[in-house]
Parts: sequence; C-alpha cells; structure tokens
Amino acid sequence: MNIVVCLKQVPKKDSILRIAADGKWIDDRDLSYEMSEADAYALEEALRQKEKHGGEVIVICMGPERVRQSIKEALAKGADRAIHLYDEAFDHASDAAGIGRALAAALKDEKFDLVFTGLQSDDYGFAQVGLVIAERLGLSSATIAMEVQPEEGGVRVKRELESGWFQWVKIPLPALLTIQSGINQLRYATLKGIMAAKKKELREVKAADLGLTADDLKPAQVIERAYLPLKSKQTEMIEGKPAEAAAKLVEKLRFDARVL
Amino acid sequence: MTRTVETKEVLKGGSFLLEDHDAQEVFTPEDISDEHRMIAQTAREFTEKEILPRDEEIEAKNFDLSVELLRKAGELGLLSIDIPEKYGGMGLDLLSSLVASEQLSGQASFSGTLGAHTTIGTLPIVYFGTEEQKKKYLPRLATAELVGAYALTESGSGSDALGAKTKAVLTDDGKYYILNGQKMWITNGGFADLFTVFAKVDGEKFTAFIVERDFPGVSVAPEEHKMGLQGSSTCAVNLEDARVPVENVLGEIGKGHKIAFNILNIGRLKLGVSSNIGCKRLTSIATEYAKERHQFGVPIASFGLIKHKLAEMAILAYVGECMIYRTVGMIETTLDTVDRDIPEQALKAIEDYAIECSIIKVVASESLAYCADEAVQVFGGNGYSKDYPVERAYRDARISRIYEGTNEINRLIISGQMLRKATKGDLPVFQAAKKLMDELLSPSLSDDAGEGVFAAERAAIGNAKKAGVAVLGMAAQKYREKVQEQQEVLAAASDIIMEIFGMESAILRTEKLISTRGEADCSMQIEATRVFTNDALQRVEQHARRAIATMTEGDELRTMMSVLKRYMRFMPVDTISARRRIADSLIEAGRYNL
Ligand SMILES: Cc1cc2nc3c(=O)[nH]c(=O)nc-3n(C[C@H](O)[C@H](O)[C@H](O)COP(=O)(O)OP(=O)(O)OC[C@H]3O[C@@H](n4cnc5c(N)ncnc54)[C@H](O)[C@@H]3O)c2cc1C
Repeated sequence: MNIVVCLKQVPKKDSILRIAADGKWIDDRDLSYEMSEADAYALEEALRQKEKHGGEVIVICMGPERVRQSIKEALAKGADRAIHLYDEAFDHASDAAGIGRALAAALKDEKFDLVFTGLQSDDYGFAQVGLVIAERLGLSSATIAMEVQPEEGGVRVKRELESGWFQWVKIPLPALLTIQSGINQLRYATLKGIMAAKKKELREVKAADLGLTADDLKPAQVIERAYLPLKSKQTEMIEGKPAEAAAKLVEKLRFDARVL
Repeated sequence: MTRTVETKEVLKGGSFLLEDHDAQEVFTPEDISDEHRMIAQTAREFTEKEILPRDEEIEAKNFDLSVELLRKAGELGLLSIDIPEKYGGMGLDLLSSLVASEQLSGQASFSGTLGAHTTIGTLPIVYFGTEEQKKKYLPRLATAELVGAYALTESGSGSDALGAKTKAVLTDDGKYYILNGQKMWITNGGFADLFTVFAKVDGEKFTAFIVERDFPGVSVAPEEHKMGLQGSSTCAVNLEDARVPVENVLGEIGKGHKIAFNILNIGRLKLGVSSNIGCKRLTSIATEYAKERHQFGVPIASFGLIKHKLAEMAILAYVGECMIYRTVGMIETTLDTVDRDIPEQALKAIEDYAIECSIIKVVASESLAYCADEAVQVFGGNGYSKDYPVERAYRDARISRIYEGTNEINRLIISGQMLRKATKGDLPVFQAAKKLMDELLSPSLSDDAGEGVFAAERAAIGNAKKAGVAVLGMAAQKYREKVQEQQEVLAAASDIIMEIFGMESAILRTEKLISTRGEADCSMQIEATRVFTNDALQRVEQHARRAIATMTEGDELRTMMSVLKRYMRFMPVDTISARRRIADSLIEAGRYNL
C-alpha cells in the first residue's frame, strides 16, 4: 500500500495575525509555521496504514524554503521520502485550482494506491485541493474520511456527515481521501526518527520539470480583501410578561444567536 | 552526532573580557538547525501532552508516575541525547541536549527529576565510566529502566564538597569497598536505582563510586519537606557498611573532584537554560494576567509601573537567552576541534568555559528570581494564593540560586577562574591591566565611537571591560596569593564580568538579527538590548566603585574615581519610554515575544 500525503505548511495556530499592508492577506513577517492540522492527521493515518499493510509513504509539499521544516518533520515521523515543489512559479498557485494542478502534475508519474490530503487547510480552508487532484488524475475520491480500511479491490471509508451521522462507502483504488482532523492520535517525532530523516530522499521539483509555467498556475480566484471579524455589541430589551419574554429569549438564542 | 555549528574560530573561555567578538561569529537561537528545532518540538509536545496534564499528580509526589513519564521520555530518545550510540544512546551534541532541557522544563518538579537523571545521574558514567560500566549501565539509563542520582552533598559538606566525611575502605580480599556515611539532599533519592556516590578512600582520597540501590547497606531516608519542587524527590541516602564492588569505582581513586566539578559545568549550563525559559514563561503568564485584571476601570497592563515589570522580565529573558546560545556556540566550536567521543578531550573543551557556565547559572537563576517575584506582584493578592500559578513558581524558583553550586560559590568561581587563567598565561588579563595603567597616565582617552546601531553601547562596553580588567588587576596586585580572602572584591569583579557578558551577548545577537531581518523588524530586540546595556553600565560603575574604594585610598582613590567616571561616561537612554514600548508589544502579543 503506497500512500501519498499532501502537506501544507500554515502559520501557527497561536500566531498573532495582522492584515498585510495591501489589505489582501496577512502580514507574514515574524510568523512561525507548522503543518496544517488536518494534514498532520492525514500523515498519521498514512503511517498507520503503512505499519499495518506495508508499502511506502511519500509526502509532497509545495512552498518556499521554510516548508522544508514541515517536510522534515514528516520524514522524522516516518514518511519514506518527500517531494518539494519549490519554485517561484508555484507562488502563483494561490487558489485550489492552481495548487491542485501543480500537485497533480507532480504526482502523475508516481506509483501509489492512495492519496491523502487534509480535509481543509487551516489558512485558506478551501477544502477543494484534494478533489481537484482527484479529478486531474482520474482517481476515485471520498471526503471527510474518519476511518480507512483497505479491502480486496478497493478501500472502505467511513465518512462524516451532518449532525452526528456517518456513512461507509467503498471506492476502487487508486483513490484520494480527504482526512478529517482528530481521527487518530498523532505521534511524536522520536529523536531517532529526526536523525534518520536526514538521510531520506527529499526531491526538489521545479515548475519546468512538470511542464508548467507561471501562467498555467495563475489563479482563477483572487482574494480581494482580508479583514478581521468586526466585533459589534447590540443590546435588545425584550418586553412583556416574564413567561412570554423567556419564550422569546429562547427563540432568539436558538435561531438568531444559534447558541442553543 | 550532529555537527551544526559550522567550523569557526575557537574563542577561548573568558576571552570576551579582553577581546571583541564578531556578531557573525556568535551563535544565536535563530541559528539552530531543523533537527534541533524538531528535537525542541518533540520535547515541547511531550511536555504539553504528557507532563502538564498530570501536574497535580506529580505535585502530590506520585513518583510511580514520575518514573513512568521518564520512561515515556526515554522511548522518544529524550533521555539519551548525551549517551553515545554505542551504549544505546543518541550521541547528539550539547545543543540538542540544551534545546531539549529548555522544552522539558515546563513543570518544575519533573524538570528537576529529569534533569537530575540525565545530567548528574548519567553523565558521570558517560564521561568517566569504564567500558564495562558503560555497557552495564548506560543502555538502561537511556530508557530509565534505571533512574540515576548524584550523591555529593552531606550534612556537613555542601559548598565545601571535598570536605565529605563518607569513608570507603577496601575489604581484606580486595573485592569490595565498604562505604559509611550519609548523603543529603539527593534528588531522585526516593526512587533512583543508581547513585554516583562520592566518598574518601581511607578517609583521604576523594573518589566516586557507582552504587546500586540494592547493594547491601544502602538505604534511603524519608522525603525532605521542601519549600518548593514538591513533586520532585529529595532524600538523604544512608550508607551503613555498604558493600560496593571494586569494579564500581568510577574514574580514578583520589580523582573524584574531577568528576564532581566537570559534571557541574554542564549542570550549571542546563540549570541556566531551564531557569531562563522559566523567565519567558513567567513573562507570558504575568502579561496575560495584567491584560485581564482591571483596576480603576482599566487593565492593570496599562499602568506604567506594571509595564516596567513586564518589560524588565522580558529583557532579562532575552539577554539570558543570548548568553546561553552564545556559550553553547563557543563550546560546540571547540568540541569540533577535538574528538568528542574521547571523554577527556570533550570535558577539557567544556571546562575551558567554566566561567561562562557559572555566569549563566548565576544570571539566569537571579533573573528567574526577579521574574517570579514580580510575577507575584503583578498578580497582587492572587499572587499570594495557591489558586494561582505564580505562588508556586515563586517557591520553585528559589532553589536555582542554591544548587549546582550556590551563587556565592559561582561568583567566586567567575573571577577566580579569570585570575587562574591569567596566572597560567591562558588569558592576558595582567598584560591588559598593565596597558590600561599606562593608558591612564596619558592625558586623554580616545572615545572613538564606531558605527552601527549600537556604536555608543559598544564603545561603552569597551570601557566597561577596562573597568573589569582594572578591578581584577588591582586585586591581584594588592592581595596576591591572598586574593581568595577578598570575597567581596572578587564578587564585585564577577558582577562586572557578568554584566559585560550579558550586554555584549545581547548586542551581538541583536546585531546579527539586524543583519538578517533589518532594523525595523527587530525594534523590540534593539530596545531590550539598549535598556539592558544602559542599566548594566550603571551597575558596573557601582561595583567598580565599591571594589576600588576598598583597594585604594587618598590620592590614588581620587585619581581612580575620576578615571572611572571618564570610562563610564555614557549618555543615558530613555529607558522609561523604551520599556513602555516593549511592554506594549508584549501586551499586544499577550506573551513573551522577543
Ligand atoms: C532541592 C535540593 C536538591 C538537591 N539535589 C542535590 C543532589 O541531587 N545531589 C547533591 O549532591 N546535592 C544536592 N543538593 C544539595 C545542594 O547542592 C547544596 O544544598 C548546595 O550545594 C549548598 O550546600 P549547603 O546546603 O551545605 O549550604 P552551605 O554550603 O552550608 O552554604 C550556606 C551558605 O554559605 C555560603 N557559603 C558556603 N561556602 C562559602 C564560601 N566559601 N564563601 C562564601 N560563601 C559561602 C553559601 O553560598 C550559602 O549561602 C540539593 C539541595 C536541594 C535543596
């Protein structure tokens, strides 16, 4: 069972975010980064599958030099080798279509049974990159995967639906699954793993190696404005007899504030 | 073994007092490799997920849990960083060991437990063990199947460690040493399996022994009732006709002091590391609280006096970190010139930095004392309550100034070592002092300020170094072989030396930061360096005045004072506004952010 895991590096969760001067995204000075949470679970799931069924775990990650830190972390945790899409041209790929296209191009010649992505990234949160890759590579796919059970001729996947419902589906291999956060327990990188990672293959891929140009990766969707949620405070007095007012309050809490 | 610090010029321990080091040569936290970063991350995650959630149980002295946690840490490799691969360890560098200690120190009691095991409990065998001893014990120490401890102190001999009364006598058949005596304050005593015990063979030759808990005649007294570190074990260990096989003599008979002192250098560095990160944590805790707590209708963080505290805490943590990483960098560079796998060579390389290790121990433990004290103050009445974390931090912090050599002993080591190196001709302190005296007779001092962000500070530090050299030189000349009796003067010289090391380390790191990030992106680090330097220069002047006033009188004193004044002429910076800006940045971040 060979599994590819798509990793993204994102600003650390406890970062103090400021809007960049152009008002279009966050200011990336002084930020520290980490592996996007759902991707960390995807990696863990892949490592567990490998431990059960054998095979190879290959991680693929696109981004500037700093993303090597996350790649090395994946290798330290037990991935076998890594592909780093590292080229200024890839900076243009800033929407799901562009990112998916680049990753799919890099995976075209790889031999794998499964591709895992996180359900969505902690920064853009598109939740689409995985599906774009699946489409481009002609893979079957399932989203919001909670459990993965390889079987004869395919893979059984438990998917999360709304309101506490789940669904089991069986899809043929090769397949792409988008993995939900929290489905397993993340391992630590052991010091042995960290040192062993230094000797593992980390292949750098340029856009030209994939036959792609900056133009091919130009986003179809752009972010026009980024802003912090506005906090506003409104006070509303509910009139009437206590019982009526209480009923009205419950209704407002349930349907307007949606806290009940 | 990882080699991460590139081959650079070897800078001698203590040389900073006489030479200027280059910012590009200095090692800083920003220079650590991806591997070190990952080791730190593993250690941090382990602390957050395994240790902190069990804080209450640890503090309730659930030692089974402490041992279980040690073993879990062992599974990740966190206990075997300093143990060679050949004996089941990772065989990594000193920096790896320090970044791990930093991140494993989040729970003070467990940090004590783990530190005692990996450092004083394991290193004596790593550095001094025979092949058989290493094979027998190290693989099991690496996994914490055996827990280690170090038994040097006795009720009658603490600082005066060589005054130990515990005696060792060889049996007639030459197979065993019979040990008698009592060791006090032994960290991990309650559950350790293995003790490095120091005793005098025939009441004379100070020697180390590897003593297993199960050897006949070894017993452990009940837990001490301590001020802090409630969750660590500290007991007396009794040796009553304890039978120790001769194969368990560690190192050479009569050479136990080598083990005792060498291990302490590393212990001091590591204690400095954990104390310093404590400063960062307390800064964060106090900042967070000061933002939430309102008085007079506003958060207390908006008051200048609270800002002063928050900023000072952060400044001390920043400067401490600069000193630590600079020192580790120097040690690693020197270790690269020797065969690390040959213990004598490695130890000798580390020993050359005894001055820096003592400085770090003293400065970081005193910074921690300041931070813990002021954190309690920021919390007000709540700070005095066990319901809030700073009350415990205050008690836990207190020990750092006492063990691994009290701060008094370490102060004596700093200037004592400088003088020793000078006498041996390793450091040209006396030549510098002589040159200085000649210079004093010349009518004017050149104050050629250099260039750069810290031009004024650098010039002032150059002069502060002269003050330090002058005090040391005068003391050596005046008291000669009796200088050790002049503790106050030696301590004043040490204080000057510590301030110099702190100022310069901060400047070097900040200059390096400026060269990579640009001035605008490290304005807080620049402010912190400026404020610290400004205040440290004033302290240097005070220490120098005190020392010189006891060493000279009349006209000589008058001349010296006017020279000192000229040396210490430094335009004050607006530290009040600078501290406010640092505090504002902390408050915005809600945590330590330098
Ligand atoms: C929680 C805890 C854990 C410990 N863990 C260990 C351990 O694992 N193994 C171990 O061997 N020991 C351990 N110790 C002991 C510790 O190292 C000693 O307490 C310390 O070295 C000081 O010795 P002392 O207590 O005898 O104080 P003393 O030496 O009696 O010192 C008392 C005071 O006199 C000062 N003083 C002493 N000599 C001089 C001098 N020459 N000049 C000027 N001032 C001087 C000291 O600085 C101090 O202020 C531990 C202690 C504690 C409290």
